[in-house]
Amino acid sequence: MAKSINITLNIWRQKDAKTKGHFETYALKDISTNASFLEMLDILNEQLVKEHKEPIAFDHDCREGICGMCSLYINGHPHGWETEITTCQLHMRKFKDGDVITIEPWRSRAFPVIRDLMVDRSAYDKIMQAGGFVSVNTGGVPDANAIAIPKPIADEAMDSASCIGCGACAAACKNGSAMLFVSAKVSQLALLPQGKAEAAARAKNMVAKMDELGFGNCTNTGACAAECPKGVSLTNIARLNREFLCAKLKD
Amino acid sequence: MATIDSKIPKGPLAEKWTRYKNTQKLVNPANKRRLDIIVIGTGLAGASAAATLGELGFNVINFCMQDSPRRAHSIAAQGGINAAKNYQNDGDSIYRLYYDTIKGGDYRAREANVYRLAEVSNNIIDQCVAQGVPFAREYGGTLANRSFGGAQVSRTFYAKGQTGQQLLLGAYSALSRQIAKGTVKEYNRREVLDIVIIDGRARGVIVRNMLNGKIERYAAHAVVMATGGYGNAYFLSTNAMHSNGSVAMQAYRKGAYFANPCYAQIHPTCIPVHGDYQSKLTLMSESLRNDGRIWVPKKKEDAEAIRAGKLKPTDIKEEDRDYYLERRYPAFGNLVPRDVASRAAKERCDAGFGVAPSGLAVYLDFSEAINRLGRKAIEAKYGNLFQMYEKIENENPYETPMKIYPAIHYTMGGIWVDYELQTSVPGLFAIGEANFSDHGANRLGASALMQGLADGYFVLPYTIQNYLSDQIQVPRFSTDCAEFDEAEKAVEDKIKKIMAVQGDKTVDDLHKELGHIMWEYVGMARTKESLTLAIEKIKALREDFWKHVYVPGKAEDLNIELGKALRLIDFFDIGELMARDGLNRNESCGGHFRTEFQTEEGEALRQDEEYSYVSCWHYKGEGVEPEMLKEPLDYEETERKTRNYKN
Repeated sequence: MAKSINITLNIWRQKDAKTKGHFETYALKDISTNASFLEMLDILNEQLVKEHKEPIAFDHDCREGICGMCSLYINGHPHGWETEITTCQLHMRKFKDGDVITIEPWRSRAFPVIRDLMVDRSAYDKIMQAGGFVSVNTGGVPDANAIAIPKPIADEAMDSASCIGCGACAAACKNGSAMLFVSAKVSQLALLPQGKAEAAARAKNMVAKMDELGFGNCTNTGACAAECPKGVSLTNIARLNREFLCAKLKD
Repeated sequence: MATIDSKIPKGPLAEKWTRYKNTQKLVNPANKRRLDIIVIGTGLAGASAAATLGELGFNVINFCMQDSPRRAHSIAAQGGINAAKNYQNDGDSIYRLYYDTIKGGDYRAREANVYRLAEVSNNIIDQCVAQGVPFAREYGGTLANRSFGGAQVSRTFYAKGQTGQQLLLGAYSALSRQIAKGTVKEYNRREVLDIVIIDGRARGVIVRNMLNGKIERYAAHAVVMATGGYGNAYFLSTNAMHSNGSVAMQAYRKGAYFANPCYAQIHPTCIPVHGDYQSKLTLMSESLRNDGRIWVPKKKEDAEAIRAGKLKPTDIKEEDRDYYLERRYPAFGNLVPRDVASRAAKERCDAGFGVAPSGLAVYLDFSEAINRLGRKAIEAKYGNLFQMYEKIENENPYETPMKIYPAIHYTMGGIWVDYELQTSVPGLFAIGEANFSDHGANRLGASALMQGLADGYFVLPYTIQNYLSDQIQVPRFSTDCAEFDEAEKAVEDKIKKIMAVQGDKTVDDLHKELGHIMWEYVGMARTKESLTLAIEKIKALREDFWKHVYVPGKAEDLNIELGKALRLIDFFDIGELMARDGLNRNESCGGHFRTEFQTEEGEALRQDEEYSYVSCWHYKGEGVEPEMLKEPLDYEETERKTRNYKN
């Protein structure tokens, strides 16, 4: 059943990438526990606007856990501490009356802060542009059933492909590594016959781009997979390492 | 009065597209390099069009509002994509997909466009598989299918409950490849605020950089809008927070006809509204109706007890449940089209049988399927949807039925296009949900993904060449001209005017008010009175906006409230246009249900003699009533029947 709680928020405010940021504290009263976390922030922003103050900038769009736009660090965890959940799917019923909630942006060298809780994740797009595709033009392709793909392989590729590109993995990693993101795409395409032809080049090019963009190295701490809202697993990283090694050996 | 030329090719329906392709004009590779095309949007239609045009050798300039093209709202489509592959050997064909779509659209779609859509549907599946889209497969390794509403065959391809995501990521990866090659220039976090017309042709856009508020200009030989639907006029919808109808309204104000604005789809299976703080509604995929059974209590006292929290749905005995879709529509049962299922839910709730504290919900029950197939099988098919439901409702749908209610989901109406997907403004094209052509008055499930990708991969890249073939002598444009100056000034003046109000209402306050008007008076059941009232109320609300809106901060800065205000102004105009169109259409068809026009059994009653046409609204200036033009829907192959999903 719905009830209301009072909470205190410590929210990171930062004008832009060059300006120093700071925490500001806000008290919110009578928040319905049925509200989502982002709806709670909407309520705060409405209050701020009515007081003629600058609302808090944060990214969001679909609000159903799939677009990957929302990106809040809540009480020390990307998307909050609940497992396999995005910020927009977190609801206020998970909080207690009187809770103090700390909200920060993704903190990662490759994701500079744009304003407040909004960061620049275009580095992920650039990694995709370096090889996250099968080189096939529109038209002139074989019938969809021409190549049989065993169900377990197709299912595994689907699990890898479920990455939403939110950046929680790199934000959670103490090294700021994007290995889970990169490995998910490399795995999906390396598993499928359509992507095999370019598998080696893809692994090399995407990893090179990741390094170039300032992401850190992977030391297998596993924080990325633990915090991934879509449960993308560490086995993807193992597969990327294999693909990468094979590619290097062939050079 | 302007006449409407839909440029439908001559010849038998099944040969029109082939004939068109055989005789259309093309642009040779050397000339393609000299031609620039602006594509607005990166959803299924926009991303597939931008990628394909880039592959062909055109210079593409592509815009999206989000931080990455991968975030467009196509990503949220769950259930699947239709195609006439007939892999299941269950009697499917191109003709049958075409027929189901025309019938599903209540005979208000353009025959030739729908046939072409069915024809290219098979290419889409081939293309996506080649890109590495991980569709669901059978143990033998072939592609799996499931059923969707309005069809008696299994023609829906899917990737778990994330089909839209996988198809969009396929198109996004193709787009990424072209960005790397330099054929596509991508501009993120940009909002298109006007379309620039030079000598009667679309030649560019005025754009607001959402990061710093700077106004930018871009020129091209043609402009393609792939900007989705306008369902957020209702404030609460299944659309993403940023989905909007602003580019459509700019096109309309520049002379592009707005077609059938009143056709909005209300999806039957959404998670019900629970508070005034609510920001959006979440869809539960139609695919759930493959295994879920929809019911409400048979007895009013049971419904009342459930609403009061004294009874649980699992307490209601089998014989006391009313599976009203199975009762009313034995042939299609729970898989009737969306408009039919939505109205039936509203009918039960209005009659006092609704559940949830609000009384505005019905049950979608999986217990029978779980008993029959086992929990594991259900989890494999719908696991992510069940998880999504549990996160929002805090109830476990494996143990208790889901509560669902209809919500605004998709808009079949949109910018009018001819057979070539060109609007009534030369050089301006509209694809995907942004145009009107393929779904008539109601869209079938799993057909939006099909249409977006059909337009972007396989239709526009052909038809746009027919337009561009006589543009090869036109040199690249400079944005340094009077037309761009004028358009930019108009945009800046509008922004200044908004910033100057400094009133006492937030943009969301006003948008919520608009949403209430739309849902109450232009919603699932409309009357002459309600629509007339809606027009008056929207006019008053628009005045209220210009007197009372408050937008903080500066215009030349990252300003989220300003962006929302700009979009809301356009939603006022769309809302009014929807009501006006609904008022004109004295019939019920598909998603447009006029209470005055129904059968004794409460089904939609079309008036084919009078209304077998597309209503095309032509802008005549601010505050002036628009002119309505008619495109007659002359069917060559299809016989118009009353839709029957009973037997």
